[in-house]
Amino acid sequence: MKKIIIIGAGVIGCSIARELSRYDASVLVLESNNDVACGTSKANSGIVHAGFDAKPGTLKAKFNILGNPMFDRLSKELDFPFKRIGAMVLCFSEQDFPALTELYQKGIKNGVEGLEVLMGDKVRELEPYVSDKVVAALVAPTSGIVGPYEMTIAYAENAYTNGVSFEFNKKVTSIKQSGEWIVECEDGSSYSADLVINCAGVFADEINNMVCDDKMKIVARKGEYMLLDKTSGYIAGKTLFQLPTAMGKGILVSPTTHGNILLGPTAVDVDDKACTSTTVEGLNDAFSKACMSVPTFNKRMVITQFSGLRAHNVDGDFVIGMSAKQGFYNVAGIESPGLTSAPAIAVHVAKEVAEHLALGVNADFNPIRKGIKQFSTMSDDEREKAIAENPLYGKVVCRCEVVTEGEIVDSINRPLGARDLDGVKRRTRAGMGRCQSGFCTSRIMEILSRELGIDMQDVTKFGKGSNLLIGRVK
Amino acid sequence: MIEKNLIIIGGGPAGLAAAKAAYDEGERDILILEREQNLGGILNQCIHNGFGLHTFKEELTGPEYAGRYVKEVVARGIEYKLGATVINVTKDKVITCVSEAEGLAKYKAKAIILACGCRERPRGGINIAGSRCAGIFSAGTAQKLVNIDGYMVGKEVVILGSGDIGLIMARRMTFEGAKVKAVVELMPYSSGLNRNIVQCLNDFDIPLKFSHTVVDINGEGRVSSVVIAQVDEKLNPIMSTAEEIKCDTLLLSVGLLPENELSKMAGVELSPITGGGIVDDDMMTGVEGIFQCGNILHVHDLVDFVSEESDLAGRRAVAYIRNGKISKDYVDVSATGGVRYVVPQKISRQTDCATLKLKMRVANVFRNKRLVVEADGEEIFSKKRPVVAPGEMETISLNATHLDKIKKASKVVVSLKEA
Ligand SMILES: Cc1cc2nc3c(=O)[nH]c(=O)nc-3n(C[C@H](O)[C@H](O)[C@H](O)COP(=O)(O)OP(=O)(O)OC[C@H]3O[C@@H](n4cnc5c(N)ncnc54)[C@H](O)[C@@H]3O)c2cc1C
Ligand SMILES: Cc1cc2nc3c(=O)[nH]c(=O)nc-3n(C[C@H](O)[C@H](O)[C@H](O)COP(=O)(O)OP(=O)(O)OC[C@H]3O[C@@H](n4cnc5c(N)ncnc54)[C@H](O)[C@@H]3O)c2cc1C
Repeated sequence: MKKIIIIGAGVIGCSIARELSRYDASVLVLESNNDVACGTSKANSGIVHAGFDAKPGTLKAKFNILGNPMFDRLSKELDFPFKRIGAMVLCFSEQDFPALTELYQKGIKNGVEGLEVLMGDKVRELEPYVSDKVVAALVAPTSGIVGPYEMTIAYAENAYTNGVSFEFNKKVTSIKQSGEWIVECEDGSSYSADLVINCAGVFADEINNMVCDDKMKIVARKGEYMLLDKTSGYIAGKTLFQLPTAMGKGILVSPTTHGNILLGPTAVDVDDKACTSTTVEGLNDAFSKACMSVPTFNKRMVITQFSGLRAHNVDGDFVIGMSAKQGFYNVAGIESPGLTSAPAIAVHVAKEVAEHLALGVNADFNPIRKGIKQFSTMSDDEREKAIAENPLYGKVVCRCEVVTEGEIVDSINRPLGARDLDGVKRRTRAGMGRCQSGFCTSRIMEILSRELGIDMQDVTKFGKGSNLLIGRVK
Repeated sequence: MIEKNLIIIGGGPAGLAAAKAAYDEGERDILILEREQNLGGILNQCIHNGFGLHTFKEELTGPEYAGRYVKEVVARGIEYKLGATVINVTKDKVITCVSEAEGLAKYKAKAIILACGCRERPRGGINIAGSRCAGIFSAGTAQKLVNIDGYMVGKEVVILGSGDIGLIMARRMTFEGAKVKAVVELMPYSSGLNRNIVQCLNDFDIPLKFSHTVVDINGEGRVSSVVIAQVDEKLNPIMSTAEEIKCDTLLLSVGLLPENELSKMAGVELSPITGGGIVDDDMMTGVEGIFQCGNILHVHDLVDFVSEESDLAGRRAVAYIRNGKISKDYVDVSATGGVRYVVPQKISRQTDCATLKLKMRVANVFRNKRLVVEADGEEIFSKKRPVVAPGEMETISLNATHLDKIKKASKVVVSLKEA
């Protein structure tokens, strides 16, 4: 059987893994972190872009337009949160009308459906909290929102149950070719393959440059966000972008699939590609710009902040395809609209790779993946049934998001389950509410320790070095 | 649907005292719902001394204080359920509760006392920038890990915020061999009790830095240092004063927030200042038959006052169960001039109480003032206060004469005036 190694378990690596599991091949995903969705795929805007923004003729435009309509079916097949809520691009000055029209035209050229320009009052009729200063907006009904880490996890679980292997804490440090490809990791382990796919996000240039003469440069461009309490969810029904002007690209205000409101992202190039800390300037910038769109924002609505790094290829576009070295395939520079494009990119890459390696089909492939049964969204009858089937569904662990022990245990024991606090959080939302895990941290630690059979002191927040406890009390 | 006269949500000191009082008032059909595996609430993790000086005239630990009330409740045979989380309360007083033992249960109550306590404000709520690594805990979370679970959370500690839990954890961590490098407080004064500053910091030479805040957190896996800086009068950091402190742990003691999710579901109107319900002199919220007491109503620093307030709520809930809906018209009680809030926020003109306690917090540290109650501009009560501070709750005891004047007034105002 042909062997394929995918480097990186973000949305790109995981979606490609899943599409490749339709074929008869031995696929291994190597990931430097402790879990899937620990890179950019966990910290982004979560918008399924309509496609009016991308420059016509680019790969970004192509895969955005192909990817967007795939979400309705895919989100059902893989059971991840997706809502087609539509988006608006707000225009604050009549002087910017030409830019708005240009955007509209670009959208038409890219083949985006349903685009429409509305005047200020009409905009506020649809979105009553939008600033009085807004004079017009471009409305894109096909825009949507997705749970980005849920989507990545769903892809990964489905890939796994269809036979793909995942290895974590495997940072690739060298790639050599001697007949087959030899991929070496920091911990001394090495793996061989017939084909290597580079999906390493902001580090995809380093991976490429280990192999190819044609060097790549990827700049990490940080985007910082603030997340508001669900009680602020009424503020926006659609994603509200700001029209890019001479003043900058603007900040978006968007509902999330769980009913919070997200503000951000900023855009600042950073040297340290591992650094996703937030900054005072960044957060203030995001907040003050968001207030232009919705003047009633208040910092007391904020429950958490985070930042993500865009893998910005200095040449501008996505890099997708076989490199000059046969058998080394790049999927690099996947910045926005990378999430939107992922489903289409994955299908495309899997097809090319299958052709290249002359792979047969995997007759056992099952496209369906069921997520964790969510207590908070059940009806009372469903709750009663869930507790009757599994009494642990009657034990509420996370108060704010109403997550039960049943869900947490499932998140750990399911295929490719959680191994740390952040993993439980991304799979169940335990700790994502307004108290930000103040109450449930110790309970979840106990459950992780029990289910994984590890000591409490070995429970981590996100893998190596992020232990929460240092020892026993005296 | 199971029918009950009185359901109390929360088995902490507030719920326990309310249950005891309701029983002693003659009510027998009482149920306490508690989501933890023990009664006693937050006191179970407060293993330090200092509880009960007012109620029992002796110094007890948290669990001892709670234990006394648990004993009273058990002795009376009051029914309680543990591991039972209430997930919904409606205006019509229908309660949805889930537990491992009984699945999903619905109750209908004649009266409900909400005694759900409070939670801590998280890092996200105060917008501290920096790394999102491990080693950042709210002080109460650390208190639980250390005191209940028996694990140490770090060796070198910085504490942001001088709330009581932070102060107490500074001492606790020191006892356990950790080095507490500083307690950093944004305001020029502490939000904790003065006795805690003396006993938990001064006695251990732990520096308390007023008008400072944490401006950055460093660390990859675990915290490696924090950067602190002084703030100006507008509370903005002065970056030229920034100083890096090496540490592996940052504890946050930056405020408690009453836990009012259920109140909101039931349509209870909340005060934007306390974060708790708006109640009358019976501790009843704007929703008929739904009462609040303890930290869900406003954050208390002394559990003794929680017990006292909850005793009232328990008794008045029983009166409500007996008499049903009473039409009340209210005198609004408001706070101004240095007083941040007053509880209760309204007093019924029909009240048959002979005495009533007003509880309040001030907005800053003030010296040589008087706490004054005015009814329609007339000073009806005044009390000298040499020092008042935001960390210590103030109480005014009104007698029948005061109350008579209040009942006739159209509005009542509490404020601080020059002595
Ligand atoms: C601020 C921001 C906002 C965005 N908003 C949107 C949006 O609204 N809509 C949209 O469509 N797109 C958006 N994007 C883009 C989208 O998030 C990305 O395109 C997508 O997540 C990229 O996925 P990825 O798998 O390529 O990268 P990642 O998720 O970063 O995955 C790469 C993985 O490779 C691993 N890795 C790296 N080096 C190695 C190594 N040496 N060995 C082993 N593993 C390694 C990393 O640990 C990581 O897990 C946004 C991006 C940012 C930063
Ligand atoms: C960490 C900490 C340290 C303190 N230190 C001191 C001190 O040193 N000295 C002093 O005098 N006072 C101290 N206090 C103050 C005093 O202990 C508290 O004010 C008092 O415990 C509040 O009582 P309560 O019943 O309102 O809340 P809690 O003790 O918090 O009890 C509320 C109970 O309700 C339960 N509950 C909540 N929601 C639900 C639901 N939906 N379903 C079922 N059950 C629910 C909770 O599990 C909890 O058991 C401290 C407070 C805290 C938070």
